[in-house]
Amino acid sequence: MRFEDLLRPTPKGLYCPPGGFHIDPVRPVERALVTHGHADHARPGHAHVMATRETLDIMGIRYGEDFAGATQQAAYGEVLDINGVTVSWHPAGHVLGAAQIAVEKDGIRIVASGDYKRRRDPTCASFEPVKCDVFITEATFGLPVFRHPDDRDEIAKLLKSVEQFPASAHLVGAYALGKAQRVIALLREAGYAKTIHIHGAMQKLCDYYQSRGIDLGPLAPATIEKEERDRFAGAIVVGPPSAFADKWARRFPDPVSCYASGWMRVRQRVRQMGVELPLILSDHCDWDELTETIREIAPREVWVTHGREEALVRWCELNQIRAKPLNIVGYEDESE
Amino acid sequence: MKPFAELLDRLVLTPSRNAKLKLLVDYIAATPDPDRGYAIAAITRDLDIMSVKPAMIRALVSERVDEVLFSYSYDFVGDLAETVSLIWPSPEAENQEADLRLSAIVEALHAASRSDGPKLVETWLDDLDSSGRYALLKLITGGMRIGVSSRLMKQALADYGAKDVTEIEELWHGLAPPYAPLFAWLDGKAEKPANLAAAPFRPVMLANPTDLDELARYAPSDYMAEWKWDGIRVQVTAEDGVHRIYSRTGDDISNAFPDLLAAMEFDGALDGELLVGHAEEGGIRTGTFSDLQQRLNRKTVPAKLQAKYPAVLRAYDLLQEGGEDLRPLPFEQRRERLERFVDTLPAARFDLSPLVPFENWDEIAAKRNAPPDPVIEGLMLKRRDSAYVPGRPKGPWFKWKRDPFLVDAVLMYAQRGHGRRSSFYSDYTFGVWTGPADDPLLVPVGKAYFGFTDEELKQIDKYVRDNTVERFGPVRSVRAEPDHGLVLEVAFEGLNRSTRHKSGIAMRFPRISRLRWDKPPAEADRLETLEAMLD
Repeated sequence: MRFEDLLRPTPKGLYCPPGGFHIDPVRPVERALVTHGHADHARPGHAHVMATRETLDIMGIRYGEDFAGATQQAAYGEVLDINGVTVSWHPAGHVLGAAQIAVEKDGIRIVASGDYKRRRDPTCASFEPVKCDVFITEATFGLPVFRHPDDRDEIAKLLKSVEQFPASAHLVGAYALGKAQRVIALLREAGYAKTIHIHGAMQKLCDYYQSRGIDLGPLAPATIEKEERDRFAGAIVVGPPSAFADKWARRFPDPVSCYASGWMRVRQRVRQMGVELPLILSDHCDWDELTETIREIAPREVWVTHGREEALVRWCELNQIRAKPLNIVGYEDESE
Repeated sequence: MKPFAELLDRLVLTPSRNAKLKLLVDYIAATPDPDRGYAIAAITRDLDIMSVKPAMIRALVSERVDEVLFSYSYDFVGDLAETVSLIWPSPEAENQEADLRLSAIVEALHAASRSDGPKLVETWLDDLDSSGRYALLKLITGGMRIGVSSRLMKQALADYGAKDVTEIEELWHGLAPPYAPLFAWLDGKAEKPANLAAAPFRPVMLANPTDLDELARYAPSDYMAEWKWDGIRVQVTAEDGVHRIYSRTGDDISNAFPDLLAAMEFDGALDGELLVGHAEEGGIRTGTFSDLQQRLNRKTVPAKLQAKYPAVLRAYDLLQEGGEDLRPLPFEQRRERLERFVDTLPAARFDLSPLVPFENWDEIAAKRNAPPDPVIEGLMLKRRDSAYVPGRPKGPWFKWKRDPFLVDAVLMYAQRGHGRRSSFYSDYTFGVWTGPADDPLLVPVGKAYFGFTDEELKQIDKYVRDNTVERFGPVRSVRAEPDHGLVLEVAFEGLNRSTRHKSGIAMRFPRISRLRWDKPPAEADRLETLEAMLD
């Protein structure tokens, strides 16, 4: 059997012909295996969805309980059989519940890693490398200029600014699933104990994280009456990036706009987005982590998807590793 | 280097003046000598160090990084220094403990020969983290553009030491990086350093804006009026054979005006307006503001340019004559001395700003709006008995600008603001009509981001959101058609010809003066109206 007979890109997403299932399909299918809860990977409307308990819960929170015809839970470490194909689930370190899916038949194993990162994250299980013949890797930050600094330094930048500008509210743009909770958890680790204010769109997911035992400390909704805007002087407010360009942000005194994202590494992006305090915090691997992961797993072939495929493929060529771009459409950088 | 690199990154992205001051003051307070002095000089671009060509940096990086990967990255990032700072492969994990100091780099560059350059830079690139590498590369390639003027820096130093900014200005020229005596004084550890430099800067006296209502409280006979010229306010000083031209904040700008400098054959200090002017029968014919712009922001001035746009001084005041300090004298007396003094100077380079006689405020108000020269921006009113004192005291001197030009333009694009305005579309590009009358099209003529009230800002913001045609990142284009659009009354100080703008004109100091919700866009002005205003 060739690798492509076990797993291949199709317009609906990665498809496993012998198993009869798709991984992270971008259109409704009969049977979907979903790596994690970000909207471009986890879409509603499939007849049957298999994912980790957290991913299923998150899909339920985002799309309503009837997001799929039927659901089936899979735990990290669990090994299942689907039409003679062995499927196993492994932590990806991306967001709560994120999994890599290993697909195996006739002695060939392919790992679809979804989105992943290697550094420690207090809000989710760490990535586990899985030996395989083909490793499918994302390349969101697949350029050698992307090297994320230490999280703690970035959080320290934010806390220093809060101290320097006590009359301002610091608005931290962060995506609602994963990034927001991670920013909050990192602030707590840095010793910030005050109430953190959150945008309404994050409430349910923050509640859910807390219910899964991830301590985010005191949170309060960022709603106020007009006359008490000064209450937010010195506050940290976390909200989706889109909200800060919106009228919503006007309630805050002298806001300093911050944005937690791997894209903040590039100054031109920072300026384009009107960000004053960039926080380079990513839920994806940086270049060094991508290349180290490939070396560590040492697959016979690397398939590169969503992001800057060409640079990572070039790196593989320079290192005598077989690699090709997958060119699957439909994945965005939602989680960044 | 880390605190310096961090300061640069924050300054570039911080729009608010007060916030910039806060960042600078905190940095000065937290940073030891001599690093803080070098940092200040680097930011105001007063640091004279060996410069390095971008080609050398590219050569260094090409030894370390695959060409193809580098070009993918450069395409994405778009800036050479930034690409190199991010992509540079450090030999080991970034060493945060042993932070290389800015002073170590500056001093090594001072001591180094040109051939040592690449080796030094390579070592530093290895030792620094990516922000540090970025700061280093900007420093040595002369690409430091931070948005901090020398004036703002002096204000930060004054704030840090709780001094008046004019005291810093007075000293500034006599100091050199890393400014150790200045910091010793600001820290309260030493006396104020004496400015021992020859031909020192004397802090400038400034005027407050005024209007007819305010002037009614004063007696017209106590004041003298003169034209306010639209050039650069300067102080020209020649003492003991040393000749200098200072900006009004005490920066030495002599090198930009060698032609005027060479004509300064006198002993004294003059306050005046630097203009471009052509010597003619009976005086100097004033060049336009666009002519003057040919002479601004230049490090070197080719002889051809000096001949085509000669720099001249139109004198306002005499501060020093020989050994005598005239500043305590009443203005009226200084003026007499000035007239006699200027009489002795080369007539092709120096003349007087003439007085404007008047009996009462209404008379001078009328003259204000009918100036004899387009390069006049209004009037100065000076009390006859006023001494020349630093700063902007209330009462002795007033400036009274002529009414601005007005044009009705149509809003075309709006861009999101920064800071407290980041949720508002607050920067507006506006245009006027051109082309055939039955099928006109708009051509942009300027951009303005102030002049309106907070309430008006909300109204325009709502209009922009409700009438968006297209979005490009932070910019939206809005409906702007003959029968649907928002007319803005724009005030401005003058027009220049411009080859960079499609309309061929550039506005000086445009701002929104009124929202014309009542006016149909078809009735906004046409480009011909503006072209007729060009001289």
